[in-house]
Amino acid sequence: MINKTVKNGVEAVSDIENGAVLLVGGFGLCGIPEACINALLQTNLKGLTCISNNAGVDDFGVGLLIKQRMLRKLISSYVGENLEFEKQFTTGSLELELIPQGTLAERIRAGGAGIPAFYTPAGIGTHVADGKEVREFDGRLFLLERWIKADFSLIKAWKGDTAGNLIYKGTARNFNPLMASAGKITIAEVEELVPAGELDPNQIHTPGIYVQRIFQGDGYEKRIENKTVSK
Amino acid sequence: MLSKKQIAQRIASEIKDGQYIYLGIGIPSLVANYLPEQLQVVFQSENGLLGIGPYPEKDNMDPDLINASKETISMVKGSSLFDSAEAFAMIRGGHIDLSILGALEVSENGDISHWKISSGLIKGVGGALDLVASGAKLYIAMHHCHKDGTSKLLKHCKMPITGIKCVQKIFTDLGVFTILPEGGFKLCERAPGVSIEEIKAKTEGRLVVKGEIKEMELFDNE
Repeated sequence: MINKTVKNGVEAVSDIENGAVLLVGGFGLCGIPEACINALLQTNLKGLTCISNNAGVDDFGVGLLIKQRMLRKLISSYVGENLEFEKQFTTGSLELELIPQGTLAERIRAGGAGIPAFYTPAGIGTHVADGKEVREFDGRLFLLERWIKADFSLIKAWKGDTAGNLIYKGTARNFNPLMASAGKITIAEVEELVPAGELDPNQIHTPGIYVQRIFQGDGYEKRIENKTVSK
Repeated sequence: MLSKKQIAQRIASEIKDGQYIYLGIGIPSLVANYLPEQLQVVFQSENGLLGIGPYPEKDNMDPDLINASKETISMVKGSSLFDSAEAFAMIRGGHIDLSILGALEVSENGDISHWKISSGLIKGVGGALDLVASGAKLYIAMHHCHKDGTSKLLKHCKMPITGIKCVQKIFTDLGVFTILPEGGFKLCERAPGVSIEEIKAKTEGRLVVKGEIKEMELFDNE
């Protein structure tokens, strides 16, 4: 079996260049590639385009890349309350493209699956439809949306093996499997890396073919954005 | 006038056994607290879960298990987990029976606006555009007026549109309304102690009042 193992995040991201387009996994702070984000922070990269469902918070997740002014453009469905983002957006140094969440997910899935465009009902009659082809099917209107692909996908799984097969946990799966398939080079970081053959093939969520590099991260903070408990 | 809790209680009485349901943030998220126990329904979370359970106990918080509001949650027995594309495939595909969302404005032809705008910046659209475009049943839970007293039930939405002609029913602190096929808010019930005159005065869009309008009954399932 092909061995995709690299030493750590720093080695994994070492050939990312200025201006690269990155898909970054996670929903809020759940299932984000913490180690790769930390490795990026140790570089002087500039002008990156980051495609991620959210923008993290000011001091964690994608928010750290914004704070260090590494991004030229952010493509998300919801950026929320990120002050640093707001500052850079208002001064014009950071561009934002907002995409309905389901459309974002499907565009990434399409990118990985070789489907250049598809029709979706989301956004009909809204400003999302501006400049896009609208077509009627069975009496309803749909918008043409294009695929999304990236130079690198940075994703996070729970367990992985040296062949790049991945298993996610809970709702930390979210955008990660889609992004795995849509990156020219997909870097997967996992909490536990095992030799190929130790994971049950029946339980694999992302087949190793989509993953070019894999490593075991350490010291995961896994910050919780909103701690809610029952009385 | 109803409290947020009472609006949620009123909507809870509309929910039917066996439904798959999406609850938005705000008042809609409270609906789950008021369901009769014998009702078997499943709540979907757009970040990849069917079977949202109550908030966990303090020692059981799992950073890998959150809802779309990024709150820690639990799973009920028989839950399933999936990725974001799958989550929206079941939404757009019409597999969710009922969506209950908040809104900033609803127009008399059933358009909805939910976008947050502050200092010229739209902070996001999230999954609402996909939800309202799915063709599934859509109920709106919201206050009848903005904090400054202006109506949220309008002739045309003034804020950026989330979706067009998608709302079926609206539950506010003043009453329950359906959207008529030809346009207009049809008053179905009024909140206890609220007069038709008050509802008329606080509804900017076309209000249709036909026959006797009963006060709603509230069942306390807490």
